[in-house]
Amino acid sequence: MKSHSLKALGRHVRVAVFLVVAAAAPTAQMTVSALADPQAAATSADFADIRVGGDIATFTLQNGMEGIVIPDHRAPVVTHMVWYKVGSADEAPGKSGIAHFFEHLMFKGTKNHPAGEFSAMVAAIGGSENAFTSNDYTAYFQRVAKEHLGTMMTFEADRMANLVLTEEVIAPEREVVLEERRQRVENDPGSKLGETLDAMLYVNHPYGVPVIGWKNEIEALNKVDAIDFYNRYYTPNNAILIVAGDVTTDEVKALAEETYGKLERRAEPGERSRPEPQTVPGEQTVTLSDPQVNQPNMRQAWLVPSYNTAEGTDAEAIDVLAQILGGGNTSRLYEKLVVEDGVAAAAGSWYQSSALDDTRFMIYAVPRDGTTLNELASATSAVLQNVIDNGVSGEELERAKKSLLSSTIYAQDNQATMARIFGVALTTGGTVEEVQAWPARLASVSVEDVQAAARKYLAGSPVTAFLKGPETASGAANTAATGQKS
Amino acid sequence: MNFLARFETERPGSGQRRSSGKHPFKSAVAGLAGLALAGLWPGLAQATEIQEITTDAGITAWLVEDHTVPLIAVEFAFKGGSSQNPDGKEGLSNLLSATLDEGAGDLNARAFQGRLEDLVMRLSFEDGRDDFYGSMRTISLNADDAFEMLRLAVSEPRFDTEAVERMKTQLIANIRREKNDPDAIAGRVWSQTVYPDHPYGKPSDGTEETVAKLTPEDLRALQQRMFARDNLKIAVVGAIDAETLKPLLDHVFASLPEKADLKEIPDVQPKTGMTETVELNVPQTSIRVGLPGLKRSDPDFIPAFIMNHILGGGTFSSWLYDEVREKRGLAYSVGSYLISRDHSGMLMAATGTRAEKAAETLSIIEEQFRRMADEGPTPDELQKAKDYLTGSYALRFDSSSKIANQLVGIQIEDLGIDYIKNRNQMIEEVTLDQVKAVARRLLAGKTPTIITVGPNGA
Repeated sequence: MKSHSLKALGRHVRVAVFLVVAAAAPTAQMTVSALADPQAAATSADFADIRVGGDIATFTLQNGMEGIVIPDHRAPVVTHMVWYKVGSADEAPGKSGIAHFFEHLMFKGTKNHPAGEFSAMVAAIGGSENAFTSNDYTAYFQRVAKEHLGTMMTFEADRMANLVLTEEVIAPEREVVLEERRQRVENDPGSKLGETLDAMLYVNHPYGVPVIGWKNEIEALNKVDAIDFYNRYYTPNNAILIVAGDVTTDEVKALAEETYGKLERRAEPGERSRPEPQTVPGEQTVTLSDPQVNQPNMRQAWLVPSYNTAEGTDAEAIDVLAQILGGGNTSRLYEKLVVEDGVAAAAGSWYQSSALDDTRFMIYAVPRDGTTLNELASATSAVLQNVIDNGVSGEELERAKKSLLSSTIYAQDNQATMARIFGVALTTGGTVEEVQAWPARLASVSVEDVQAAARKYLAGSPVTAFLKGPETASGAANTAATGQKS
Repeated sequence: MNFLARFETERPGSGQRRSSGKHPFKSAVAGLAGLALAGLWPGLAQATEIQEITTDAGITAWLVEDHTVPLIAVEFAFKGGSSQNPDGKEGLSNLLSATLDEGAGDLNARAFQGRLEDLVMRLSFEDGRDDFYGSMRTISLNADDAFEMLRLAVSEPRFDTEAVERMKTQLIANIRREKNDPDAIAGRVWSQTVYPDHPYGKPSDGTEETVAKLTPEDLRALQQRMFARDNLKIAVVGAIDAETLKPLLDHVFASLPEKADLKEIPDVQPKTGMTETVELNVPQTSIRVGLPGLKRSDPDFIPAFIMNHILGGGTFSSWLYDEVREKRGLAYSVGSYLISRDHSGMLMAATGTRAEKAAETLSIIEEQFRRMADEGPTPDELQKAKDYLTGSYALRFDSSSKIANQLVGIQIEDLGIDYIKNRNQMIEEVTLDQVKAVARRLLAGKTPTIITVGPNGA
């Protein structure tokens, strides 16, 4: 979804919106007793007992690498992931894009295996593989038949320590990344404006730099940059192994000791300490008028605490607030702007809950014909102000909690989703225990908590971004820019 | 986004459904994913033991019972889809998919949506070119209520004017948003160009003008023509047994008309040798290069599927991937797709590259087409493709949602309930000569249709 432009890039795949949302909505091993009353539809209190990933196990290797095992014996398949606690926000100034570029380079050769051999092996056994980079993490995964887990771990451990980089492999890959930037960002005005919005929102903080990097800085990245980055961050004590699927903890631990366990600690990456983001005074609105735009829209962003930086249950309260305010077709924004007043074609809100540092709360809306973007912004502000002034109802709270908590049950159906939930949490300052206790904490949120969170975090003026065609302020079609066949 | 969708193993969540316009190219590839069925590992057979059940009212469905997770996944499809849209009413089936859950029975849109949330169930609909899909997920303890909601949506949708107009506005906003998106333009122009006088050439989501004119009566007429028992396929996976499921299926589907009233769609060959260039001021040019492919029922389909895997189907290993991306860094995404519809087939390559490299990239793609026609793959390449295709099948069966999707796909293509067991063998039996022969059949002496969208016609 374009208005949710996520800061996660893959070698091939954009990480689904669900990934980030999921970290706020972890999964569960639901016990039947939690839903004991067959006469009534489940209530949020029923879901509060869920312990996310009920029978998962954890271990730590002697070199400091952590391991998590998430059993799911329904099919003879495993998802094998290695997450590194490094992302674009850990890059040195002027080297934007190195985390993501380096992720691409991890698919090149090592001392033991020439370029392409690992991927050829994955293909030969019918596996799938990929990798992705975000602000706070970089992860690599394969999904294979369970008997091949050891082979995958051998290859993955090998490239953690033995990568060989030459200018010959780096040069074409840099072009690939520049094409990726053209495809994702430069071809799409909405994505371009997303970069502007982040740059304005995250003042004095690296979340304001795009994960893929600025074009001129990508162009300048070289072998030395890549090797320096590798030698600082790609070390077992900065990595988390996650295996989900048809395995036991003992099997995984034994394989991990034979493979990752043999690696030396290569570095001490140090504290992930970034400058504190600043809230600067003044109304901030940016407008991008682009002839490519045929449908205007509006985004507003507030700097808010993440699960890692929030106090008490503030993050849980913000999660509930995002759901009540704009989480679906019965939400406040949708009801008021789309259904009642008919000023918007779509409207909603969204909280990027998982981040090491302070993060963003977003409201987005698409105007209907006859509504200007300024009018739309006033309309969303009024809906938000109503929550700040008058709070939310008990019914709204109950529905929002049920919706958020039930996603933990649905997540159980997919082993890769489970693996990602723990990976995101553990690379953004969370712990296994916090993920597991999330349903109980979310269930404890009160209507007062939701109103207090709205007052505390959303009462200030947001950064507002308007996207529109060159001469229109509303939904009127902009035919001048339409491509002509020739 | 565009063809990257092929790497996604699941349908987008319901929350994204209406905000992400389903553009033609993506739909086409998603359709292929349903067909990308290969072999089977030992052990998978029991994981997906399929029961064919018949209800008292005579509805048949495929069921995989698995109580590990307290969820039920229901997938179903009616033959029909956007090719059934009447002329001038393009976008109708897409609007239908958006309005079925906007009020039904005694519940208006708000009440219906609220009830879905209270039941923590997920309900969504989607139209393809040849089929109209429905999807429901529920926790097993809410099954009775969830099936009742499904019944209401399928058989008693209200199509209240307010809800229909609201959905039209939303869909028109999506159409406007994609109007100048290079990949979306490439998809639309491709369809118009190769199927000029056929329903497949029409924009499946319609245009601003056609959607604006759609009415509740149009929706009701399409629903009544398309939702019937003789064109319905159902798969259910999860925590439910056959005896519990049967009356629930009857409750939802038994009252539908016996026979669908679908207009006949003629078979059609996509036009070759056409070149269309759309000028758009963006830094990266979108390229599509295509030829006639095969229908799923063609006896050469499986050899062609393997051939395409080698040419451009593999994720990080294919001729196009190696030549365009790995060796020359010309693109981030490059691949080829065998797209089979009920009445036509296409073989298409797609990529995006900086404008000044568009001509070079295009010539490399055409060169790989010729190489496949002239030389074909090596025995080693064939073996590797078979290994991948047979080995990767189980990855499509490791969740209830995925299994349900697969089972509906197999039924739609009429491949038979034993298909999952036999598929590996069918791939293993393909010979190098068969692959070379089908490569010649599809690629030799053909002039592809080429669509480019970028600056200065590059």
